[in-house]
Amino acid sequence: MTAFVLKRLGFAVITLFAVLTIVFFIVRVLPGDPAMAILGDQASQAALNALRARLGLDQPLYVQYVQFLGGVVVGDWGVSMVSGRPVIQEILKVLPATLELTFVSLVLGAAVGIPLGVWSAVRRNKLPDYITRMASLLGLSFPAFVSAVLLLIVFAIQLRWFPVISSGQGTTLSDRLRDLALPAINLGLIMAAYITRVSRSAMLEVLNQDYVRTAHAKGLAFATIIWRHCLRNALIPVVTVVGLYLGILIGNSVLTEIVFNRPGLGKLIIGALNQRDYTMLQGMMVIYTLIVVLVNLITDLTYGLIDPRIKYS
Amino acid sequence: MTDVTTAPLSRAAYLRSAAVAMGGGLIKAFNANKTSWVGLGGFLIVVLLAVLAPAIAPYDPLDQNILYRLKPPSAEHWLGTDFYGRDTLSRILWGARISLAIGLIAIGSAMVIGTLIGMVAGYYGGRTDIIVMQVMDVLLAFPSLILGLIVVAMLGPSIANLVIAIALTAVPPFARIARAPTIAVKNREFIEAGRALGYSDLRLMFGHILPNIAPEILVMGSLWLATAIRVEASLAFIGLGVSPPTATWGGMIREGFENILDSFWLALFPSVAILVVVFALNLLGDGLRDAIDPRLRGEE
Repeated sequence: MTAFVLKRLGFAVITLFAVLTIVFFIVRVLPGDPAMAILGDQASQAALNALRARLGLDQPLYVQYVQFLGGVVVGDWGVSMVSGRPVIQEILKVLPATLELTFVSLVLGAAVGIPLGVWSAVRRNKLPDYITRMASLLGLSFPAFVSAVLLLIVFAIQLRWFPVISSGQGTTLSDRLRDLALPAINLGLIMAAYITRVSRSAMLEVLNQDYVRTAHAKGLAFATIIWRHCLRNALIPVVTVVGLYLGILIGNSVLTEIVFNRPGLGKLIIGALNQRDYTMLQGMMVIYTLIVVLVNLITDLTYGLIDPRIKYS
Repeated sequence: MTDVTTAPLSRAAYLRSAAVAMGGGLIKAFNANKTSWVGLGGFLIVVLLAVLAPAIAPYDPLDQNILYRLKPPSAEHWLGTDFYGRDTLSRILWGARISLAIGLIAIGSAMVIGTLIGMVAGYYGGRTDIIVMQVMDVLLAFPSLILGLIVVAMLGPSIANLVIAIALTAVPPFARIARAPTIAVKNREFIEAGRALGYSDLRLMFGHILPNIAPEILVMGSLWLATAIRVEASLAFIGLGVSPPTATWGGMIREGFENILDSFWLALFPSVAILVVVFALNLLGDGLRDAIDPRLRGEE
């Protein structure tokens, strides 16, 4: 177990290191001089030089690279070129909003997707199966911003159940839930579409196993067989795939945050792109990489909790 | 000793028989899952409309008519007009050309490059394999929309740069898809026989392994084309699409979104257009995958 954890940890560190290196060089090859971007093209040469020295841009590239890596480790991710505040503070300020949205959506997606997938597998090639399959295929055909716009048109503009623009800053619980509802439903339903499909195919594989026939033969209740004996085994691929779909979830959360005007990493990265805030972009890429690597690690380690048969070696 | 063993089947004849077998297999795959036909039909209709756009679009997609702004659907303008009085139907028809062109070129290139990378990695194995796939995994670890966003923001929004950004995100999955079956196929007897006959690695890869893995790659292609169209629209919605005034679906939704309170149909119609194409492609690819996937095929 320890060896396995260490090995996965090693992989995670290597991936992190590789992506950070790419990020560093991507930001450095971007056209334009950051000092000039901050001070404007009217700035004097002396002012530009002073700022370059302060940002460390006058150092050789390898020194900057080492400083960048060291900074990432100790949590010094530089200063936003636009707001002047530390990048890590700006990111940590909005990170909870994004995590809240993605976590609630994931729970919603699993709560809808797993039972639907199981139902669809049990009723294979019957009407419920066809309907579920078509519905889930339709669900994953939605670009997140399209579904978000449609939800907004129907529930906020036509039915007026929810505010068109949610502040995401609600203080009371009911305010927060109202703000969260449409964005979470949007992300959650798309996740549900993916999870339904994986659950279905995972269940189909398990349903054909010998031990399931044995369980039927010895007269166990149908529900017990499905929920206790089959689902537990079917969950492993589901967890893997949810980990793999993290990229989709992150991309969709960006789009969802933009449509519903919710504070979060999505709005932050779009703002940084529009204002050419390179240090912020660099920080955003670091945080996304951290999230991806961390979730993949957790996914790997979760197998053991679901399936005690898995030997970590 | 003469080369009797290979003589009966010339290279051309071999390729022809392989193509016929693949074509027959494809038709069988289509028939196994009738929804694939529906998906193919839907997609071909969109392609046809896009190709014919200059002939069938009722108006010029860029023609502004300030007197006729933000009009709801009517007899003259079936899908209404936008903020500048441009005809929505015409813009959707022209926008299809952009979406399809970017998607097809990007996925076409990703398919070729990714398949090559995956085949080479799988065929040679060893250190090449480890290094190449590690690089692919790092690329794959990054959310494709974020990667696309940064690449387009860096290079500037043009059709060529969008193609590069989307292709870049789609190469790793094709490499993975091509690698696994290459490893499975390369140890089969017919490849060993080929090697014994002195065939070159290239001949084995392209003449013998590629036809075996081609169906899977084509199916992946249709699914990834759907993703590419979705990503292109998403980037356009964020403001990183082909620059205005060119009509793109994502860009139209972006503009419609600004007037969503009083003219919601502006965002609605291009949304439906995206959905139709992506859904059709997913129906097509999904049905075919079920039919081609050997694990599922055994059970049916």
